[in-house]
Amino acid sequence: MEYKFTSHSEMDTVELAQNFESEKFPNLIICLDGELGSGKTVFTKGIADALGIKDTITSPTFTIIKEYDGELPLYHMDVYRLDGKTDGIGIEEYFTKGGVVVIEWAETIKDILPEERLDIKFKIIDENKRLLVLTPHGKKYEELCEAVL
Amino acid sequence: MKDMNILAIESSCDETSMAIIRNGTDNLGTVVLSQMDTHATFGGVVPEIASRMHVENITMVLEETLNKAHMTLDDIDAIAITYGPGLIGSLLIGLQAAKTLAFITGKPLIPVHHIAGHIYANNLVKRLEFPLMALVVSGGHTELVYMKEDYSFEKIGGTLDDAVGEAYDKVARVLGIPYPGGPNVDKLASAGKDTYNLPLPLDDDSFNFSFSGLKSAVINLKHNLNQKGIEVIPENLAASFQNRVTEILIKKTIRAMHKYHVKKLIIAGGVSANKTLRDRLSSVCEENGFELITPELKYCTDNAAMIGAAGYYAYQKGRIASLDLNAKATDTLQ
Repeated sequence: MEYKFTSHSEMDTVELAQNFESEKFPNLIICLDGELGSGKTVFTKGIADALGIKDTITSPTFTIIKEYDGELPLYHMDVYRLDGKTDGIGIEEYFTKGGVVVIEWAETIKDILPEERLDIKFKIIDENKRLLVLTPHGKKYEELCEAVL
Repeated sequence: MKDMNILAIESSCDETSMAIIRNGTDNLGTVVLSQMDTHATFGGVVPEIASRMHVENITMVLEETLNKAHMTLDDIDAIAITYGPGLIGSLLIGLQAAKTLAFITGKPLIPVHHIAGHIYANNLVKRLEFPLMALVVSGGHTELVYMKEDYSFEKIGGTLDDAVGEAYDKVARVLGIPYPGGPNVDKLASAGKDTYNLPLPLDDDSFNFSFSGLKSAVINLKHNLNQKGIEVIPENLAASFQNRVTEILIKKTIRAMHKYHVKKLIIAGGVSANKTLRDRLSSVCEENGFELITPELKYCTDNAAMIGAAGYYAYQKGRIASLDLNAKATDTLQ
């Protein structure tokens, strides 16, 4: 099962992310894929907002992982630069720490992703328009998508 | 007043570094061990590898630093440590070393913010004069900080998405240029001309920056031209991008200086090594009658000397930590 959502602006993308009410789901794993500039970090800003995080969510490209304190902790990752080399890096530890995990460029590390998770693919349609394809894996994530979309 | 020798430790990213700094200005000895070669394989800093290498390096770096300064631990008056922000695993190694040293010597432990360190790198070149404006530009940071006196920081603006260094890295990716993007795009840009029509990002009244839109504009432009069967000229696109970045950084910095009535500007962080940014800032400051202070290139990247310099003034402000000091991955400069 996959769900489609068309975003007409950054605000649309942020609102969709807020609707997931991620503050109620410890160990929520959301995997984001899509080319540069397609809205992955924008989506994460919506997740952070729902978690009550006041800090500005900035790109984790340089540091790979950024951590924020909210109603639940947010672990925001950009694994692009790992180039699939995850051996011994400890990313898996974040999946069960009780926080919300958002992983940009998750496809590059798909071997170590948990079976139950939400995949979201971002496609650039034009300057402002994006097509988001959401694929839930596992019952919890299917129900979540049903509720939101 | 008695001289104060501070042993400083910095391990927030991929450099393991220690230094002994006297009275906030004199560098008696600095050792920087970089993991650059390992990380180049991985296309960037890898947290777990970074912390493992810090463990392997840290005692060696301590010995070498004391040797360089011809000192023993008995000559040290305080320990300064970067407690954040940075990679948590990496920070913890340096922090544990600092706490251990503070414990066995019985000397005070001074917590230093990494960005405060970058700002005080300039103090090793010339004693800072206040009030001043600091433009902090690096891989992970883009901030305008107003300082009315020593160790007083007011962040008046910062990036809302990508840091300058990240914007360079991402544009480098689009252009197919290898990591690290900053120096490589700078080099490419110097061979090109500003021929592409790119927007000036977040050109508003705030002192915030946003480079995500400029990154998207570069992507759209390349995409649109490719669809018409036209290849972009990488040198020219790099030059156009770099011009927009430096223009907005300079525009907002100069406006902030007028608004806050300051005449001294310092730049700090890894991107302050960017030649185009340095050259243009220097001429704009001259036109406005402002003084620009730039760190020596060796102090632009992460090092403990800057932490030792900042630590001296943090100590004078009574910033002393107990041994339960914790590392922080994300933390606002204060």
